[in-house]
Amino acid sequence: MQQRTPEITIIGGGLVGLSVALGLLLAGQRVRVLDGADNDARASQGNFGLIWGQGKGWDFAPYANWTMDALAAWPAFAQQLQELSGIDVALDQSGGYEFFTDPSEFDAFEAELTQQATHLGHRARYEMLNGDDLRCQMPGIGPDVVGASFSPCDGHVNPLRFLRALRCSVQAMGGRVTMGATVATIRPQPGGGFALALADGDVVNTEQVVLCAGLGSASLAGDLGFITQVKPQLGELLITEKLGDRLPFLSSTIRQVDEGGVQIGGTKADAGLDDRESLRVMAKLAQHAVTVFPALADVRVVRAWGALRVMSPDGYPVYAKSTAHPGAFLVTCHSGVTLAPLHASVLADWILNTSPIPDLEAFDECRFALSHAA
Amino acid sequence: MNVASRFRTLPETGESVQFTLDGVPATAPAGVTVAAALVAHTGAWTRQTAQGAPRTAYCMMGVCFDCLVEVDGTPNTQACMTLLGDGMTVRRQTGLRNLNGGHDG
Repeated sequence: MQQRTPEITIIGGGLVGLSVALGLLLAGQRVRVLDGADNDARASQGNFGLIWGQGKGWDFAPYANWTMDALAAWPAFAQQLQELSGIDVALDQSGGYEFFTDPSEFDAFEAELTQQATHLGHRARYEMLNGDDLRCQMPGIGPDVVGASFSPCDGHVNPLRFLRALRCSVQAMGGRVTMGATVATIRPQPGGGFALALADGDVVNTEQVVLCAGLGSASLAGDLGFITQVKPQLGELLITEKLGDRLPFLSSTIRQVDEGGVQIGGTKADAGLDDRESLRVMAKLAQHAVTVFPALADVRVVRAWGALRVMSPDGYPVYAKSTAHPGAFLVTCHSGVTLAPLHASVLADWILNTSPIPDLEAFDECRFALSHAA
Repeated sequence: MNVASRFRTLPETGESVQFTLDGVPATAPAGVTVAAALVAHTGAWTRQTAQGAPRTAYCMMGVCFDCLVEVDGTPNTQACMTLLGDGMTVRRQTGLRNLNGGHDG
């Protein structure tokens, strides 16, 4: 019998699954990606496209550093995607702002950034600008903005083009992506390997499996012995008509897509799996945008939607190897865009146990077991 | 703008209104939309997309957005959803609108 490289199956064809698939393909593995149904909760098709580090991991040093590693890796990663897929993801990493209208929130965020900087050491780069300084630097900022933080490391991509670039790159590397392949249950096999029972009745056998199904992981994690419980968090956003002008800033709540439209978002709500937008929140978002940048007042909103973030219990990524079923992995996070360059490189070493094995112990799911015990 | 319209207006005995298209005076029956007035007035494009492709009113029911023009200083106005008013200033739109393009900006 011919000796074959064991096949690794990725469950989930969103940003996280495709990034992990790409990393494994670049490491020479045979990879198959099973993607779910069109009407699944797809964070990868509703997100904001931010590559963002400000404040992340202020109370969890490994996440602060992991995020900073990812920010540094983005330019080369965008280049790599361009070469593999021919698609320009419109990376713009020229820095981003966080705007504040409430002085106490501004002070609280400064404290978080100070704390984050202690984890990042010499890599920490941010500045705090009070409202007047900000308005001097950037005419057009509204009078009710009391201040802003700025990090030169932050940026954004065109999120839909990024998703497409990933899928095309995976396929260019010989990865097989199957759409409409919802995994219903996973059965670990007695002699090793896994049988993936699809919703349409088919069964896919695989030597190894990486669960990257976003909110879909919730119903499958238990089959592999994982205890992580991901939860949806609703974010709503608005899209305006396209503008010929460029906005003079990128912020975590207001960004201009390279094609001209302005995306306004950043709300957080617990609404279960209901991803509908609401007039009340849309009005709040519009008001926020006009407060920050009053010239947006007469710009029309042409679309609005809600999308569900994938949140682990503490909000940090989970990279876990199943102890009960060797060969099974769980990868889930909220920041599928920001962390993609690491998911497409470092995680492959971690999955394949190749040297040097990155230390991702801090992101193991055992932290949830401890908190339950406590 | 010297392209002849392929639309013919119904014989109307009612009132007419005056408007300007890119500064040139024009007349249309009272009660029509800006889009109807434009396609009756000219067979030429009434806007250009960001890529420079010519467009004019198409669906006439607010769906396709190909009839966008500047009306009284407000860019990206759907001509098919706007009733023509006497004395309106209509401008063909080239490319994307800019910030503060509106009269109230």
